[in-house]
Amino acid sequence: MNKTLKNLMWLGIAILGAAAVGGIAMNRGESINALWFITAALCVYAIGYRFYASWIAASVLVLDETRATPAERMDNGRDYVPTNKWIVFGHHFAAIAGPGPLVGPTLAAQFGYLPGTLWILFGAVLGGCVQDMVTLFLSTRRNGKSLGQMAREELGTVGGSAALIGTFSIMIILIAVLGLVVVNAMKHSPWATATVSATIPIAMIVGLYMRNFRPGKVLEASAIGVILLLLAVVGGGWVDHHESIRVLFDHEGLTLAWWIMAYGFAAAILPVWLLLAPRDYLSTFMKMGTVIALAVAIIMLRPEVKMPALTQFIDGTGPIFGGKLFPFVFITIACGAISGFHALIASGTTPKLLANERDIRMIGYGAMLLESFVAIMAMIAATVLDPGVFFAINSPAGIVGKEAIDAVAKISAWGFPVTVEQMQILAKEMGEATLFARTGGAPSLAVGMASIFGSAFGQGMLALWYHFAIMFEAIFILTTLDAGTRVGRFMLQDMLGNIWPKLGHTSWYPSVLFTSGLVVAGWGYFLYIGVIDPNGGVNILWPLFGIANQMLAAIALSVATGILIKSGKHRFAWVTALPLTWLVVITTTAAWQKIFSDDLRVGFFAAANDMAAKLAAGVLPPEKAAVAPQLIFNQHLDAWLTLFFVVILWVVILDMLRVVYCYLVGKPLPESTEAPYVASKLEAAI
Amino acid sequence: MLTKLKSLWCVIRRLSGDDAYERYLQHHAEHHQDEPPLNREEFFKQWQDSKWKGVKRCC
Repeated sequence: MNKTLKNLMWLGIAILGAAAVGGIAMNRGESINALWFITAALCVYAIGYRFYASWIAASVLVLDETRATPAERMDNGRDYVPTNKWIVFGHHFAAIAGPGPLVGPTLAAQFGYLPGTLWILFGAVLGGCVQDMVTLFLSTRRNGKSLGQMAREELGTVGGSAALIGTFSIMIILIAVLGLVVVNAMKHSPWATATVSATIPIAMIVGLYMRNFRPGKVLEASAIGVILLLLAVVGGGWVDHHESIRVLFDHEGLTLAWWIMAYGFAAAILPVWLLLAPRDYLSTFMKMGTVIALAVAIIMLRPEVKMPALTQFIDGTGPIFGGKLFPFVFITIACGAISGFHALIASGTTPKLLANERDIRMIGYGAMLLESFVAIMAMIAATVLDPGVFFAINSPAGIVGKEAIDAVAKISAWGFPVTVEQMQILAKEMGEATLFARTGGAPSLAVGMASIFGSAFGQGMLALWYHFAIMFEAIFILTTLDAGTRVGRFMLQDMLGNIWPKLGHTSWYPSVLFTSGLVVAGWGYFLYIGVIDPNGGVNILWPLFGIANQMLAAIALSVATGILIKSGKHRFAWVTALPLTWLVVITTTAAWQKIFSDDLRVGFFAAANDMAAKLAAGVLPPEKAAVAPQLIFNQHLDAWLTLFFVVILWVVILDMLRVVYCYLVGKPLPESTEAPYVASKLEAAI
Repeated sequence: MLTKLKSLWCVIRRLSGDDAYERYLQHHAEHHQDEPPLNREEFFKQWQDSKWKGVKRCC
């Protein structure tokens, strides 16, 4: 294409993108078409990828396509293998995309569609994608070292240990909150519970099939698994209509929480091939299929977004979680805009597959753009619901009242009209007894997805679509839960191995049982508290998770900034320093408010003191008084935990600043561990 | 059309690890001719176990 034409095309994309972003920002009408969101997203991504990412690749990182990658130099046919970039892209995307970008935007929709959408778009282009891409680059130049190793070797032992402890704690909180999301989706829903339970034996069948019956036939086994999963969705409906069987699957949240803990423990000690690996295949296929189907359905259907651009809850009084727009929208949506967890994938597995350095832009930056797009679709699925319905599903009983009539009165009084009949009809259509107070994001997302799928592919099967969506979310939440428990176990064994070497043996059974038990007890505790909390638990756990995830991102960006400056690229260090500064501002502000705010729905200490006072005065209803001492203790614990996160974050930042100071005044520094240049011998195409 | 479908199928096999054993045999033939290759079952066991050692999935 000739140059003028190309420039004109990009100018067109820029104008279209600006118009779409402006359109969704300025719209104050009744509703706005979801196509505007898709257009805005695609234009912003295209410009970010074409200009910003390629500038970073060429001028900041100076990618060198003549340089041999670790995959080429250390090719062993196993973990180091030069691989086609599309294949690496697929692996990398499958690894970074979890339930986070689906849940976060759904919760953040309480502020209206606008703040979350803007943060997803610009946070990704300027922050999340940059983090993933730079981390991938740094690790590739260091033979695929992990983030923790890079922090230790390039900054110092202090930064390295802080990064390790930070990673472990985020894992615990993450698993707890994901467990809570699943519990809230299965609570008193025999259909959902039966379907989700069926995924466990199905995974085992798939595991046995590809281990023993037809070794290595991954695709055959997965195809059988996917068919069985779809049958399980239908079978759940049969269970739900069967009077004597349905009671077996109709449980309180607490019972389900115990089951999930037992499951997590079993998954961590069972061999991977039996449960973890096959479940992971199934969840990856389901995830890819559903994401594509959702994109197709949204484009075919072009649904109207009914949520206002901004709601009154930006003042901090929101029912789903307390706290003002700033900083809590940036905490609530972590994955989808910027997620520290990605730095763990981008350093480690992916760099060992890269055939050429020039693929770093597409894989690091591009895969995160796709994840951001998933978050935009989740935002659309949540906001196409009537706002009244959205709040009825997501507001915990502790805020709007236990009785349906109280809840609809309160929600309607906020200006989001909804009626009991409307909710009953909806619940019936979805094949559920009730949809009130299903906090956590999964059910409202499932209702949104079901209505989109239903309109696009057949209205008659709403209940099936709803339970398909629940199964889809549950299966990959459980995948993160069991894989996370296992990784947590390895990390703990690694750390405890320093104290008593025997505990570090990953195959010594007593150590496996002991450390798995500790990890499950860690997240199990937070899950338990989340379930007994009448305010739903999500309002406490999700911000804690967001703070932890953003903290990990800040650690990754600190390591990146430190290395950029050390290697003489200080002119360009703002590329990572800018998102880093923003993350430090939002995490520190959010943590400060969570600890010290006087607002009972925000401050941990304030809430604990208030509850203690009410308990002492005897004004709590008996069921609340029974759990009050545990909740008070937990609020204190959460406050200290938040403080701990901030301290870890600042330790890494100060360690990075120390390195920068040493560089500027010419003091000795830890040497760069970048592998020396070796010319690539690989042909351009693999 | 047929070639496109075929290459898509190759991508899916590659992504899922369905062709891991064939690629291992190829690598083995090129680099380690002195020793006999593992059989399919043994290879798959090692491959699956090594795949699950680090952080594989995130949020």
